[in-house]
Amino acid sequence: MTTSPSDPAEAAGLAIVGAGPAGLAAAVTAASLGLPVTLLDAGARPGGQYYRHPDPALGAERPHVLHHDWAAFAGREAELRAHERAGRIRHLPGRQVWSVTGSGTDWTVHSRTEDTAGEPVRARAVLLATGAYERQLPFPGWTLPGVVGAGGAQAMLKGGLVLPGRRVVVAGSGPLLLAVAASLAAAGARVPAVVEAAGYGPYARHTGTLLRNPAKLAEGALYGGALLRHRVRPLLRHAVVEAHGTGRVEAVTVARLDRDWRPVPGTGRRVPCDALAVGHGLVPELSLATALGCATRTAADGTVALVLTPGLRTSVPGIWSAGETGGVGGARLALVEGEIAALSVAGRPVPAGLARRRERLRAFADAMGAAHRPGPGWTGWLREETAVCRCEEVPAGRVREAVEELGATDARTVKLLTRAGMGWCQGRMCGPAVAALAGDGPAPDRRPLACPVRLGQLAELPAD
Amino acid sequence: MPNRHSPDVVIIGAGVVGAACAYYAARSGLTVAVVDRGPVAGGTTGAGEGNLLVSDKEAGPELDLALLSTRLWRELSAALPPETEYEPKGGVVVASDEPALKALRSFAEDQRAAGVTAAEIPADRLAELEPHLAPGLAGGFHYPQDAQVQPAQAAARLLAASGAALHLGEEVTAVLRGPSGAVRGVRTARRELLAPAVVNAAGTWGGEVARLAGAHLPVLPRRGFVLVTEPLPRVVRHKVYAADYIADVASGSAALQSSAVVEGTPGGPVLIGATRERVGFDRSLSTEALRRLAAQAAALFPVLAGVQVLRAYHGFRPYLPDHLPAIGADPRVPGLLHACGHEGAGIGLAPATGVLVAAALTGAEPPLDPAPFRPERDYGPADPVPPQEQQS
Repeated sequence: MTTSPSDPAEAAGLAIVGAGPAGLAAAVTAASLGLPVTLLDAGARPGGQYYRHPDPALGAERPHVLHHDWAAFAGREAELRAHERAGRIRHLPGRQVWSVTGSGTDWTVHSRTEDTAGEPVRARAVLLATGAYERQLPFPGWTLPGVVGAGGAQAMLKGGLVLPGRRVVVAGSGPLLLAVAASLAAAGARVPAVVEAAGYGPYARHTGTLLRNPAKLAEGALYGGALLRHRVRPLLRHAVVEAHGTGRVEAVTVARLDRDWRPVPGTGRRVPCDALAVGHGLVPELSLATALGCATRTAADGTVALVLTPGLRTSVPGIWSAGETGGVGGARLALVEGEIAALSVAGRPVPAGLARRRERLRAFADAMGAAHRPGPGWTGWLREETAVCRCEEVPAGRVREAVEELGATDARTVKLLTRAGMGWCQGRMCGPAVAALAGDGPAPDRRPLACPVRLGQLAELPAD
Repeated sequence: MPNRHSPDVVIIGAGVVGAACAYYAARSGLTVAVVDRGPVAGGTTGAGEGNLLVSDKEAGPELDLALLSTRLWRELSAALPPETEYEPKGGVVVASDEPALKALRSFAEDQRAAGVTAAEIPADRLAELEPHLAPGLAGGFHYPQDAQVQPAQAAARLLAASGAALHLGEEVTAVLRGPSGAVRGVRTARRELLAPAVVNAAGTWGGEVARLAGAHLPVLPRRGFVLVTEPLPRVVRHKVYAADYIADVASGSAALQSSAVVEGTPGGPVLIGATRERVGFDRSLSTEALRRLAAQAAALFPVLAGVQVLRAYHGFRPYLPDHLPAIGADPRVPGLLHACGHEGAGIGLAPATGVLVAAALTGAEPPLDPAPFRPERDYGPADPVPPQEQQS
């Protein structure tokens, strides 16, 4: 590689989109192998959604108490800084990438800052480490103030050191719930209930997988212990089917679910609270990848993930991907995949131990994903007037009308007929719900613009 | 053998043109089945802006079709539910300099003779129509007949109103023909639909359907990108575009052409369309297309420069080399009719197309001379095709 990362006109070796665990690990690994790296990230500091830094204005001295595994991050951040000083990595924070264009070994990464168009970054290879966002399933009352995403609550704690409320019900499905409940309790909130829609029964089928992942077991025991200390016990096979309140959430109704996640009539009971943290796991962020035509698959958790080779190549030559984009699997897996992807881009062999670790963590993620995959009956807790798309205020009844009376057989047509998914979040919030109501499997995202861009910035792009 | 459950006509395509054919065929007393490999409005209709334009059409058969459609859309707006979002907002075409204004003036003169209402607006009065237009334009024309619908809703509501039997998600794998060569229905993976008439309303894919029936129709895709902004208060009141747009529409060139058509929508977002280029079914993002649209829109409405573009999408217009759609019975294959190749005007031209197809099916007197749209006509040479163009 003869190009220099300090010369933006030349195609740099590797452009990495996202500086979360996968992108960060890939960047330092690639740089140590001699590849010039440009690392673009929306955040001000590396770490992504997982390793979140408190706002510097808060003067937090020990952010790591809210994280386990902070050392894995801090070490890599230090490496990143060293590579940056040596000119081997160009780190571009505060950049939102809206499109990647090109082919083969000539790619252009288009990004923006808050106010300006970032200069396009040329690269011979691109690694998409764009992570994931939270999966939300709507229910009556979910738009009330005080209802926050489970991941959002965690982010508020890590980034702002603030609690969403004093009495916080944690609900939804997935391993994140226990972590969130433990963090909230440790930070001083009361957690009257942790409501998990899945049973842990499916875990039993994967005992072998669990045993091969001792770190994950320890993590679970850690959260379990922390929760027990705060007298919080997860309520399995239950869901929050409604949030009540006028100006703000004041209580939730928790009901038992059957095996398909259909609420069992007559089982609802009210739990007073002043906040609800709710989430159903994560959805891979694939806008850039699908715009490039990368092939996708349906993952065990019911989300759409990328098809990747063992070397983490996508189906598009020249484009690699690591971390949650290949199927949600957590930060530890993302770190491993970041390393593997960097080795693969550099044409180096992947050590067998690293590959085995990836397989083991993937198998574990798949087992967890299958256990927490939403059952088809969850739509039973929607009412006709429940907003499904918050941006465009589209109620469930209008979505059902589009499907039952107007010939929409997929989420895209529902969008065309109802505007569900056309607003600010571009369907990230309502996508899974709309697909379920359309009776459609999860469909890959179609967002040629991965994030909003000002018209004036598009107008100033270099002409062809 | 057809039985009492067999429809009188099978329409291939659940886009707006197929929907309009179904609507008018049903109103003529025919029983109709509509089959589409995707959902309602799954192809070019769903990617359209919903333009019902007379302003961009030069005097001639397409303008006559557009004028008939303008009347029909007004009738339909009373018959269809409000979700169709019919809005007779009018169009404003602006000229940046004196020569462009002169060309526009003579263009409008011919249109007026054909029945179009067009009023010249001097430069100093453009702001009354569009307060946010850039200063310094030479003048423009106001076309009050230009209108808009929400295209997917329009197709869905026309289909619902037609009462047609819908077979969605079923691709037509064969057009069935009898011993004499006459069409006798279609086959999908799930069923045979027997009918004495089959209408090809497959839009950009109409060439393939024609081939299944043993006919030739040189439909080509012409890609267009559209930008959609964040929801805004009404900053753009009409459909506004620069006079260059008319030359782009009439061009057959494969190269990228762009002249932004800017308009507000009832939902709030401003739509900025549309580029025209022949690159086959290439679905990759063209940043050059986005750049040009954005630059032209910001030149027309400087206030838009600071606005966020939330999404961009593309569609493939069904394009025939002589820029006229193919409408009516195909004498080469008895029982086969075509209703496709409307390029970027399918939403606007759908009702008139539906009426012509219904007339051809029932033998009624058509409301205008359908001869220019004969499917078996000589389309002339296709324009040079770029090497990357693929027709599959």
